[in-house]
Amino acid sequence: MLTAVLVGFVAAFVAPAITRPLGDRVGWVLALVPAALTFWFAAQLPAVADGGALTQVVPWLPALGVDLAFRLDGLSLTFALMITSIGTVITVYAGGYLRGDRQLPRFFLILLSFMAAMLGVVLADDLIALFVFWELTSLTSYFLVGYKHESSTSRDSALQALLVTGSGGLAMLGGFLILGSAAGSYRISEILADPAALQAHPFFLAAMLLVILGALTKSAQFPFHFWLPNAMAAPTPVSAYLHSATMVKAGVYLLARTGPGMNDHPAWFWILATAGTATIVAAATLALLQRDSKRLLAYSTLIALGTLVLLIGVGTPLAAEAMIAFMIAHALYKAPLFMIAGSVDHEAGSRDVTALRGLGRVMPFTWAVALLAGVSAAGLIPMFGFVGKELAYEALFPVPWALAALVAASAVMLVITVLVALKPFVGRELRAPKAAHEAPLSMWSGPMLLALAGLAFGLMPDTIGQALVVPGASAMAGEPLDFHLALWHGLTPALWLSLATVAAGVVLTLAWRPLHDRLRSAFGATTFGPAGAYEGLLTGLKRVAAWQTRVLQSDDLRHHLTIILAFAVGLSGVTLLLQGGVHIAPAFEWGSVHEVAFLALIVVAALAVVQARSRLVAITALGVVGFGFALVFVLFSAPDLAITQFLVETLIVIIVALVLVRLPHALLREEPRHGERALSGVVAVSGGLLLTVLLLAVVTVPLDRTLSDFFEAASYPEAHGRNIVNVILVDFRALDTIGEIVVLAVAASGTYALLRRWHGRERPQPHDGPRGIDDGNADGNGGRTP
Amino acid sequence: MNSLILRSASRLLLAVLLLFSVFLLLRGHDLPGGGFIGGLVGAAAIALYAIAFGAPTAERLLPTSPRRMLGLGLLAAVGAGLLAGLASHDFLTGLWWIFDVGPVEVKLSTVLLFDVGVYLVVVGTILTMLFALEEH
Repeated sequence: MLTAVLVGFVAAFVAPAITRPLGDRVGWVLALVPAALTFWFAAQLPAVADGGALTQVVPWLPALGVDLAFRLDGLSLTFALMITSIGTVITVYAGGYLRGDRQLPRFFLILLSFMAAMLGVVLADDLIALFVFWELTSLTSYFLVGYKHESSTSRDSALQALLVTGSGGLAMLGGFLILGSAAGSYRISEILADPAALQAHPFFLAAMLLVILGALTKSAQFPFHFWLPNAMAAPTPVSAYLHSATMVKAGVYLLARTGPGMNDHPAWFWILATAGTATIVAAATLALLQRDSKRLLAYSTLIALGTLVLLIGVGTPLAAEAMIAFMIAHALYKAPLFMIAGSVDHEAGSRDVTALRGLGRVMPFTWAVALLAGVSAAGLIPMFGFVGKELAYEALFPVPWALAALVAASAVMLVITVLVALKPFVGRELRAPKAAHEAPLSMWSGPMLLALAGLAFGLMPDTIGQALVVPGASAMAGEPLDFHLALWHGLTPALWLSLATVAAGVVLTLAWRPLHDRLRSAFGATTFGPAGAYEGLLTGLKRVAAWQTRVLQSDDLRHHLTIILAFAVGLSGVTLLLQGGVHIAPAFEWGSVHEVAFLALIVVAALAVVQARSRLVAITALGVVGFGFALVFVLFSAPDLAITQFLVETLIVIIVALVLVRLPHALLREEPRHGERALSGVVAVSGGLLLTVLLLAVVTVPLDRTLSDFFEAASYPEAHGRNIVNVILVDFRALDTIGEIVVLAVAASGTYALLRRWHGRERPQPHDGPRGIDDGNADGNGGRTP
Repeated sequence: MNSLILRSASRLLLAVLLLFSVFLLLRGHDLPGGGFIGGLVGAAAIALYAIAFGAPTAERLLPTSPRRMLGLGLLAAVGAGLLAGLASHDFLTGLWWIFDVGPVEVKLSTVLLFDVGVYLVVVGTILTMLFALEEH
């Protein structure tokens, strides 16, 4: 299973290299990878058929008890097959949809990375590994939503999706850590093995709430639903794949996965049922305001996600069965519907369902897909969508209020389907913004395959039932279940509800235009609600950031330093007092003659710094102070320290002198006001005093030589070095050194960039390599004026 | 700065100081020195030359731009750490090859490569800043 995930990542990193050479065939070729993975996962069906599971553990961070543990059971396999099979279709489709796009190499890199990460999420049996893959899907989603990065709407939507799912992810991590410490293991299968012990933990409720929060943000449940319709700024293949079929179902997966350990807690049902129902109602209402085909589909996805969450909240075996069947049906019809909406946009030039008519004659294949998928989406016989919806109705009979919401929303689903899959295609006269023609093979064959699968599973529901639904539902229920799916159950109450849904849907469809217009004029411009709260929060955050930067980190260097020193002194001083002060044993003796001489040198130089009228003199005098200290180091036999001090002082004087030469004269002659000088004096003297007290306190305590003894003893035998200072730097604590040199490199690059900007122009450098590794990013030379 | 004495002296001092900086780098594991100190001396040598002859002349003297030195240095340091992985050791474990060439004991190691990386980053940092400031 590790191989499956790795294959995805390797393919992702190979993809950019072969995208250009392969030209128009790239989608077909790259699709071989998810196709092969689909076959591999399909071959594992027998292994999970009777409640079995495949496991694999690769040590990752053994010291922390974190492993790359994978576990493939019925639930994971259902998700994995959805990810890989729809991934195959999407890859082919994207090759056609984005043909010739200059960012295509990058697109495939991120799309395939997403697929691999998503596989990681559903296969991981370790909470930390799951979290890492989970965040990777959020990140790749960010890049894919912001794919058209020249558009600010695109960028804002991408950031919104990232911030909402990212904060949920952080909450989830908190929940994971509590679960891990409560159960003493991060292995999911072990944590869920003993629900009673888990729920006895005092922090269990907090952990559960945090995990639910993560899942609800990821699966766009009310009140976090608003990011999903905005994420439609992504190219259509992305909307079909991430924001309908897979990524948004990660939250559903997490709930289904952790359900066996949590779902007998009363809060579980109430939170999930409320969130799911609220999402269903909100999405069904808001959908009536839309006329953009992708946004309509996004709201219908929200209805479906709400239904799935609701079913997991109900938590009965029947609900588990309905959840899996509904989810498979949804993936099989929603992805094709998105793709045909994209094809219509691509070939006829619009996503406004009111602007299109009569496309059926010029786009016959696309229309056929639309009809097949549409019938399933509307929940009509003989498609698998009907089976899924009937089961959902049946499972919700114990919760009448949620059932009522779902029936109403299903009627809206029917309206959405008619608007997206029927309305643009029928009619005698052709109406479209551009000369419409049929989409290429790559753009209708894959959706056709998925839609036909929806038909096949509808006609033979028990095939998929025994292969995926039973194992999946058994994994969710935590016990082996036995049931059979059928298309026709006889005249059951669920069937009557279905008929009522269709009747209501037809009425709503006929009344759609006037209803839509009225709703739009009433609520079209409302910014009130969760989306408004998000905006307010973001604006507020930016204001606070700007305010505290102005106050604490002003452009005035003197002010800046004063703040830093005052805080350092104040906080350390207060801590010292609160901890009972320091103990200093006053012991004074005169040192040798040269010690006293060096001390005198340092004091005189320090006085010279304060008295200096010119900055150059001040800097040079400061250098003398440094040299004085270096001499002290020499006296106490610390040659490495002394050499370093000498060199650093010299270089600082050189660099600061250069800066002074370049500063405008007006700035140099500016005298600090009287009050400022006094304040600087107070801050400087208190800083010096604090350090003196601390040093005296340190030497009063007997020196702990444990570390020194260890380094002295181990330096030569273990690290082949006699210079302990260097051995520590490059061997014992080399990781710290890496951190330090990274800081150096970052500081140097930052200084370089800032000075370049300050010069306001760019000049060719003798050693510069070719420029422009960026593929034409519009911000590439931001800040440089020619 | 137009001073004949400085020009003549820095021309001589450059070679000596650079040699000294490499000497400090190589002996650092056993005696005072090392990549950090060696790098500071090396940077000071180039800085002196830059003061005497101007930054562009000094920059032409270098085998590569200081900014590229930053990258190469980080690469060497991280690479030295990763080499341990090839021998199935933890990241940054030192690997040693100690042998005698005549009377001289030669000690090669990934630790030395790491120190070379530190040296390059230190030189690169100081010279990047210095040249950026000097450039008009």
